[in-house]
Amino acid sequence: MDKLLLLGDEAIAQGAVDAGISGVFAYPGTPSTEITEYIQASKEAKERHIVSQWSSNEKTAMETAIGMSYAGKRALVCMKHVGLNVAADAFINSAITGAHGGLVVVSADDPSMHSSQNEQDSRFYGKFAQIPVMEPSNQQEAYDMTRYAFELSERFGTPVLFRITTRLSHSRSGVKRGDIRPQNELSLPSDLKQFILLPSIARKQYGALLGKQLAFQEESGKSGYNVLYEGSDKSMGIVACGIAYNYLLENYQGREIPYPVLKIGQYPVSRKLVREFYDQVDSILMLEEGYPVLEELFRGIMDEGKPVKGRLDGTVPRAGELNPNIVGSALGMETAEGYPLPSVLRGRPPLLCDGCPHWDSFGALNEAMKDYGPGRVLSDIGCYTLSALKPLESINSCVDMGASVTMAVGVAEAGLTPAVAVIGDSTFTHSGMTGLLDAVNRKVPITVVVLDNSTTAMTGGQDSAGFGKLENIIKGIGVEEEHIRIIKPLRRLHEENVKVFKEELAYDGVSVIIPRRECVQTLARRMKLKHAKKKTTKVNTVK
Amino acid sequence: MKKDIILGGVGGQGILTIATVIGMAALSEGLQLKQSEVHGMSQRGGDVQSNLRLSSDPIASDLIPEGKADMILAVEPLESLRYFNMLNRESGWVITSINPFKNIPDYPPMEEVLAEITKLPRYIIVDADKLAQAQGSIKAANIVVLGAASPFLGLKYDSLENAIRQLFGKKGDDVVELNLKALKAGWEFANHKHKG
Repeated sequence: MDKLLLLGDEAIAQGAVDAGISGVFAYPGTPSTEITEYIQASKEAKERHIVSQWSSNEKTAMETAIGMSYAGKRALVCMKHVGLNVAADAFINSAITGAHGGLVVVSADDPSMHSSQNEQDSRFYGKFAQIPVMEPSNQQEAYDMTRYAFELSERFGTPVLFRITTRLSHSRSGVKRGDIRPQNELSLPSDLKQFILLPSIARKQYGALLGKQLAFQEESGKSGYNVLYEGSDKSMGIVACGIAYNYLLENYQGREIPYPVLKIGQYPVSRKLVREFYDQVDSILMLEEGYPVLEELFRGIMDEGKPVKGRLDGTVPRAGELNPNIVGSALGMETAEGYPLPSVLRGRPPLLCDGCPHWDSFGALNEAMKDYGPGRVLSDIGCYTLSALKPLESINSCVDMGASVTMAVGVAEAGLTPAVAVIGDSTFTHSGMTGLLDAVNRKVPITVVVLDNSTTAMTGGQDSAGFGKLENIIKGIGVEEEHIRIIKPLRRLHEENVKVFKEELAYDGVSVIIPRRECVQTLARRMKLKHAKKKTTKVNTVK
Repeated sequence: MKKDIILGGVGGQGILTIATVIGMAALSEGLQLKQSEVHGMSQRGGDVQSNLRLSSDPIASDLIPEGKADMILAVEPLESLRYFNMLNRESGWVITSINPFKNIPDYPPMEEVLAEITKLPRYIIVDADKLAQAQGSIKAANIVVLGAASPFLGLKYDSLENAIRQLFGKKGDDVVELNLKALKAGWEFANHKHKG
């Protein structure tokens, strides 16, 4: 079979389809979005009736997948690293229930924070839940490991965490496919109490999970994803995790690496291989994309074993993603230099698109807020977070999905009123609705602005879960009807819109303003499609 | 054969199309390839880049090491400067469009931007908008820049043409023809410049 040219994300998606999944459950988030999008666009996935509709958030995605696993079928869950925080309750407990049908959870980490608020390392979550973690180094491994992860999940009756980082998620290379495995038949777990985590059952289940730990570790040594490569120079040994292995190879182009290398692609790591590696080297260099997870284990709390170099002693920078140059320097090699960056160079930060409805929404909000002091606008995660930058400089916070509403409640409870929350339609249904219920119950003077561009725009225009339902949701939560205001964010309606903002800011209670206009990106795409369809119809008629 | 190319531009300018054409051409010649892309926040009018690596041997890293790029291929002149640290001092080329994309308030004076590029030993600056317009549409400006880079890519010109036919085929013969002409215009400009 010909090789497919796939992103790391797409290799996981293809691997999952070929492994016989019956569903993928996800909320979009960079750098994980392309996994689900690939399955949604796949003809094969459609023919095989693989469920792939977006979930409202990562927690609902994770729970739906646990349900599918309970029913005996294979399920894939995908999210960005901070999405795993949202899904954490379900995720950690899925380790206790265990899996029935194969259950693989992909968490795409974003070291260097290209599109994120932090660079947390999902391998910690694997350790926390005490389940196996896979970490591929290249696209082919991403494909092969996904298939293996499902098999592993079913063999040990455990969910498997699959960690990938930005560079591999968004880098393309040739991938060779294997055979397509049929989907599982519907089946119930042999123990119908397995998923009931009442304390008495949970204790038993937890005991079973602890009992599997040694087997998980031994499996890492047998699977071929922990490998010890021999080297003649024993003065140093190198531990390379995931994509770090590629950067190591890059520095030895066509030459043999003189040192023993322990390549890690699966956790918990094989103690047998670590022992074999440790005993033959005088010192150790740790190369990890992310936090010094293994480095801390190698050092131990006393750090009195063989000398270890890595992120904790500054051999590798403590923060940020790796690259070939950082790894080259850590190896003590001379690395090439290009030309210095010219002083005339200027930054080009991202900004809202021309014609974006948010320009007009924030234009009106900024003007209405002039009557009050600065520092009262709490916001959220989406394109509109760019309003923090010049020229708008409208917002004062961006913490986590949904935090705009609840932080505004806290700000108002502290006495700074009126407080404003600005949140997108998709983020609102992701995690803003429950916060709005808190606000209504507390009767705090806040104004929630739900910017409704009818899509999940930042990640490329995925469906928004609350489309066509927002007013009813907000009404149902208990916001008074006369204080739910829908406006059209357009420049020519600026004065009118400012007036609406001023009225609701002056109201001593919970009000919601919904500026509603479609995202210009999805609109343009829709028009293009419509145009193309018209064209085809015409051609057909001529024929 | 080994070529490491940094593609630079502003989100929405079509650098991924260039990457796809080069990638298809490289695959048709039996080369290996890795192509790292930028997705997410920067695509909203920010600077975007792609690391494209072609080789007859297996490629290890998805990222090109600093000072090792054989080419910076930019569809915007200020964006070509952003990757100077990546360029190989012994052999690296800068191929860029002269047409600025001014969406920042402090865009530097054009002479200063161009002066930085013309200091380099190997560069081509092409008026891609004008050449694309002359072929029928400014939309093909990115393919003009690709054409200007084509003599230095180490790929057969035919392979690039075939890749364009393959990629744009669905959009109709007019679009294919426009892009083939744009590629040619860029190629001619570079050859003329290079020899002259």
